[in-house]
Amino acid sequence: MNRLPTLFIGILFTFAFAWVGLVVLPYAQIGRLQPEVNADTGDIFPPTPSGLADAGQKVYAANGCVYCHSQQIRPEESGSDLARGWGSRRTVPRDYIRQSKVFLGTMRTGPDLSDAGFRFPDAKWHHLHLYNPRSLNAYSIMPSFKYLYITRKIVGQKSEDALDLKGDDAPPLGYEVVPSEDAKALAAYLISLNRRYPLKEAPEK
Amino acid sequence: MSDASAPTLLQSLSPGHQPTVEENLERGEIDQSTRLPVLAFFTTSLFWLLVGTVFAMISSFKLHSPEFLGDVSWLTFGRVRPAHLNTVIFGWASTVGIGVTIWLMARLCRTRLRHPRMLLAACGLWNLGLVIGTLGILGGDSTSIEWLEFPGYSTPLLFLGYALVGIWGVIMFRFRAPGHVYVSQWYLIAALFWFPWLYGSVQLLLIVHPVQGSIQAIVNWWFAHNVLGLWFTPMGLAAAYYFIPKVIGKPVHSYYLSALGFWSLALFYNWNGAHHLIGGPVPTWVISASIVASFMMFIPVTVVAINHHMTMRGKFHLLATSPTLRFIVFGAMCYTLVSFQGCLMAFRSYSKVYHFTQLTIAHAHLGMYAFFTMVMFGSMYYIVPRLVGCEWRSATLIKLHFWACFYGVILMMLTLHIGGFVQGLGLNNPNTSFEMITKSTIPYLIGRSLSGILLTIAHFVFAYHFVLMLLRLGRPQGEATLFTTPALPAAHDKTEPAAL
Repeated sequence: MNRLPTLFIGILFTFAFAWVGLVVLPYAQIGRLQPEVNADTGDIFPPTPSGLADAGQKVYAANGCVYCHSQQIRPEESGSDLARGWGSRRTVPRDYIRQSKVFLGTMRTGPDLSDAGFRFPDAKWHHLHLYNPRSLNAYSIMPSFKYLYITRKIVGQKSEDALDLKGDDAPPLGYEVVPSEDAKALAAYLISLNRRYPLKEAPEK
Repeated sequence: MSDASAPTLLQSLSPGHQPTVEENLERGEIDQSTRLPVLAFFTTSLFWLLVGTVFAMISSFKLHSPEFLGDVSWLTFGRVRPAHLNTVIFGWASTVGIGVTIWLMARLCRTRLRHPRMLLAACGLWNLGLVIGTLGILGGDSTSIEWLEFPGYSTPLLFLGYALVGIWGVIMFRFRAPGHVYVSQWYLIAALFWFPWLYGSVQLLLIVHPVQGSIQAIVNWWFAHNVLGLWFTPMGLAAAYYFIPKVIGKPVHSYYLSALGFWSLALFYNWNGAHHLIGGPVPTWVISASIVASFMMFIPVTVVAINHHMTMRGKFHLLATSPTLRFIVFGAMCYTLVSFQGCLMAFRSYSKVYHFTQLTIAHAHLGMYAFFTMVMFGSMYYIVPRLVGCEWRSATLIKLHFWACFYGVILMMLTLHIGGFVQGLGLNNPNTSFEMITKSTIPYLIGRSLSGILLTIAHFVFAYHFVLMLLRLGRPQGEATLFTTPALPAAHDKTEPAAL
């Protein structure tokens, strides 16, 4: 091949062809989706995440939760996501428009988290689980995130958000374990993951 | 179409072409002109290979022993794993690939290397970007976008470093000696051009100004898949197309097949990325387009496989002799394997099993390690003696390197494939509890850690051997370090400083 123009034009064209197909066209199609307003109730779906949940998303990213947890519910024919109760309907592009970063994920070493907030709505549960996953599920291979928690001396009353730790995890007498700001944000983010709202394009199963 | 660096088409057609003294002198001079930049890229790439290997071992152990190094934030699984991915992808594979590319470009352009300082600056910027990026991930600034975890404050350095290499490539190409443009060069030119477009695009669309919602995932996988097919694969194939004919002293089987393989790769590979999103919240047509394109990949892969096989035909006995050939042919065979597997993985029915399991990890390592990394090892065995002026010190060390890699790869593929299937079938059956799935994969994850130990041994042996070469503690120049003495010396190349 000695015709260099052919080589260059070919290299350029083949690449541009797919770039238009896989980047530009999807953007044109679903790049500017708006939330859906329910005509009867006036509710807006998906709801806007709170500031704390948005901060928690950064903690989620910093600690690489996405390497073990997906956030997408596939339709019935693609897997058992619905049968496992991980969601009530498949997730669709509109579900993700309020998230500044989307964590669809490629691995399920742990379960899907699309509906984590619906399935585990209690922040106390999340803190115990993040502090030591094996205290709740002995088989779990999830890392413990003790470094997101602070062990400190109790001054006066025990803090309200102190973790109710038992056994080996319990702090020494006179001490308590409380969530850091990052841990609080992360728990808020996990609780904000909840797709139990109706969307026209994705009826509940 | 033929012997890689033969000066004219006529000579290329004759496998028995004996290089003249002038040609050998010229070639030696060209090699010497590449010495500093190529060694700079090689040395730093090996440093990152070792760093990446350590991260790999830590992540692998954590998957079956979650408390291992568990209380340190910067060593949590979710940071060490992306640190592994990015140090091996950008630190090892891209860096060594650029080193091999520089050397090949100089040889194939048949001109002394111009502007070595430009390349040294590139190497410096690139490595600075890597250090800052890796520390950023460990420190908690990872973007958590797979294959692009380096934080936004480190990537401009990488891009700048790369840009210098790309510009250098264009300059070299402009000043090449007249004559035929060999197939390896098509791939190199294409890779040098595709990478900045890929990397620049995703940086803008995902990190500088993120696009909305699940389009992020489409762009992410468009990049993550193409960086394999349009950056690493072309560099790996360029090396295979150069070294296989070079070592066995026989031209590439078919010019027509080379061209067909190249253009069909360029046309179809680009479209593959979205098959990672089957069932996901993206438009179905995008996924379908990717599935069709993944299917079409049968063409370039089969064509390249036939071309390489027919080139090797009658010369397979040389695998017992030449380290370069053994590593590269092993890599080329794995290229065929991993690509056929990739085509199958695009089937919706197969995706149902492999998606979200260790099979994805197996596939990635079959491509990046068994194919690309092995081809790079083979290339280094050929190039380094020509730069440092001595031969590899010990055939035993090379053997140890090869066999530790070989058995490491086999063990990793067995454990991750079986473990991945067990995991995938478990996930698909809603009656299998998550506890059962987790417990059933653990033995395979332990097996994978064992395979990692073999690969770690291989890497440290190779790095030690490489350092001996840098210190010029190899054997005196003249006879190449081979596994066995060939029955018939490759007549073709024996006047070169170190044949095979």
